[in-house]
Amino acid sequence: MSAPLIEVRNLKKFFKTGRGMLHAVDDVNFTIEEGKTLGVVGESGCGKSTLGRTILHLLDATDGQILYKGKDITTPTRKELSALRHEMQIIFQDPFSSLNPRKSVSETIMEPMKLSHSMKKQEMIDRTKELMETVGLAERFWGTYPHELDGGRRQRIGIARALALGPRFIVCDEPVSALDVSIQAQILNLMLDLQEQRKLTYMFVTHDLSVVKYISDDILVMYLGQVVEKAPSDELFKNTLHPYSKALLSAIPVPDIHANNELVTLAGEITSPIDPKPGCRFMARCPYASDRCNEPQKIEEILPNHFVSCCKCREINNL
Amino acid sequence: MENNKPIVEIRDLHVQFHSDDAVIHAVNGVDLTIREGETLGLVGETGAGKTTIARAILGIVAKPQGEITQGEIFFEGQDILKLHEKDMRSLRGNQIAMIFQDPMTALNPIERVGEQIEEAIGLHNDISHAEAIERAMQMLELVGIPRERYFEYPHQFSGGMKQRVVIAMALACNPKLLLADEPTTALDVTIQAQVLKMMRELKEKLNTAVLMITHDLGVVASICQKVAVIYAGEIVEYGTLEQIFDHPTHPYTLGLFGSLPKLDSTEKRLKPIRGMMPDPTIEIQGCKFADRCEYATEECRARHPEIYTTPDGHQIRCLRAGKEGA
Repeated sequence: MSAPLIEVRNLKKFFKTGRGMLHAVDDVNFTIEEGKTLGVVGESGCGKSTLGRTILHLLDATDGQILYKGKDITTPTRKELSALRHEMQIIFQDPFSSLNPRKSVSETIMEPMKLSHSMKKQEMIDRTKELMETVGLAERFWGTYPHELDGGRRQRIGIARALALGPRFIVCDEPVSALDVSIQAQILNLMLDLQEQRKLTYMFVTHDLSVVKYISDDILVMYLGQVVEKAPSDELFKNTLHPYSKALLSAIPVPDIHANNELVTLAGEITSPIDPKPGCRFMARCPYASDRCNEPQKIEEILPNHFVSCCKCREINNL
Repeated sequence: MENNKPIVEIRDLHVQFHSDDAVIHAVNGVDLTIREGETLGLVGETGAGKTTIARAILGIVAKPQGEITQGEIFFEGQDILKLHEKDMRSLRGNQIAMIFQDPMTALNPIERVGEQIEEAIGLHNDISHAEAIERAMQMLELVGIPRERYFEYPHQFSGGMKQRVVIAMALACNPKLLLADEPTTALDVTIQAQVLKMMRELKEKLNTAVLMITHDLGVVASICQKVAVIYAGEIVEYGTLEQIFDHPTHPYTLGLFGSLPKLDSTEKRLKPIRGMMPDPTIEIQGCKFADRCEYATEECRARHPEIYTTPDGHQIRCLRAGKEGA
């Protein structure tokens, strides 16, 4: 078997703050096979966006390794980095602030091509037209500026821009969170179509569990910088094992009045990610917490291909 | 509940906004009744007119660009659109209160949270300062915040806690009507679940009527008894929770349900509603949803649909409603 497209080993990203080290991403491991989608879920501040940005070198990793097609890309040279930009791209959350207001639709989509100095002018124009058609932007928007467009169309520009250099891997950072549901469904379908046509690999970062289930092959649940559970999508929703994942799942308001879901209410305050203690970070809010949870937690394969970081996992789930 | 006294009755409300070169038709002939002790969910997308309706009830439609051009709003039988600003001020925050969407901007950052609650109580009740403080502390406890935190500032609270403070402030004068504009949208799901649970419990305790503005059908399912679906400034469907969730009838409502990724399904593609909401500066002759509707006919584009009401009170603004095969 060939190497996975993306492999992340013991990745850490810390930020220095006035009060100490903020552990935004703390010892995260995973792989993504080509053509698959890894969903990363968690609540605000869990480090999911930082994780995506660190992999793309928009932030420098503090420690650990990032491998692309089996090759270590943790500390690339300038030249290597610019080559990597052809392979890896990002779609941002907010289609209102991630576009330059002074660049028209076509200029925005053409920008990465210009920066790469690899194409002739006519080639770039043809490519831009083709991309606009692919993402469903009519040619009449060629000279239009972002403020004249609604959120859905703006996000289509963001997608076209990410596709401009023909990447293999795209980090999608909450790409539909700012959109209305009917538009959200259009964009999600577009992203799935593009993945099929172009064999794209996605890392899909979101707080919305129903979206993540719909789009992902595998799911990673993060809590305060650490992976607490990792499993194939269907498995995770069928057999939720970590107490945090259980609470997260039960908290989603379901648009079904006959659904009978018991809410697992979390008490307690969220632990600070600044210089955290070595034990389980969810402990303060966990209904099952005991002394053992003060020890550092190890992520273990509890069921086939289903990893959980909780020392009481077997006990809680009667396994 | 049908026999409960109506708290608010909105009749044929029209609100327009004027920009330099166009008139924006934000609310176009809305009729809506909220009864005592009832939670009505007002569901729709960005720009559908949800917040404008709430602001109209509270008498805070932005002037001079915004204008209520037609209609009446009765609060306990009195047309509040005809009230003088002085009388309206005594209702606002007292009988009618509003929770705004973003708890981060709804609080004054340089005033202690307790004092912000106490201010509303002192303003509307003829009680001493000490009594008002005591009442504010009780309100904090009611929403699950220890009374000692009365003296803290908003930045010392988390997002969920701030939203609790905002709710405490809104409920401080025991209003008859609470306008909640996306009160949980800015919160994480686990915190949202806590706040919704608290709102349900408080409503049972205080019997406040609530207008719950949201775009999230999941939130509606967990807290409302009645639902109104709004599209391009018009109510397109209205009914009980069961009517809307078990028998959604208007094509737009059906489209909203089809657009949602469901946790318990294995479908590979969502069914989005094609196209986008119409430009609110253009007046549309026929059905406003016709351009996005898969059932639209020539008649739909020519004739504006009236509300069709089923025998059990389910209202649908669609020409197909009530006909065979619909």
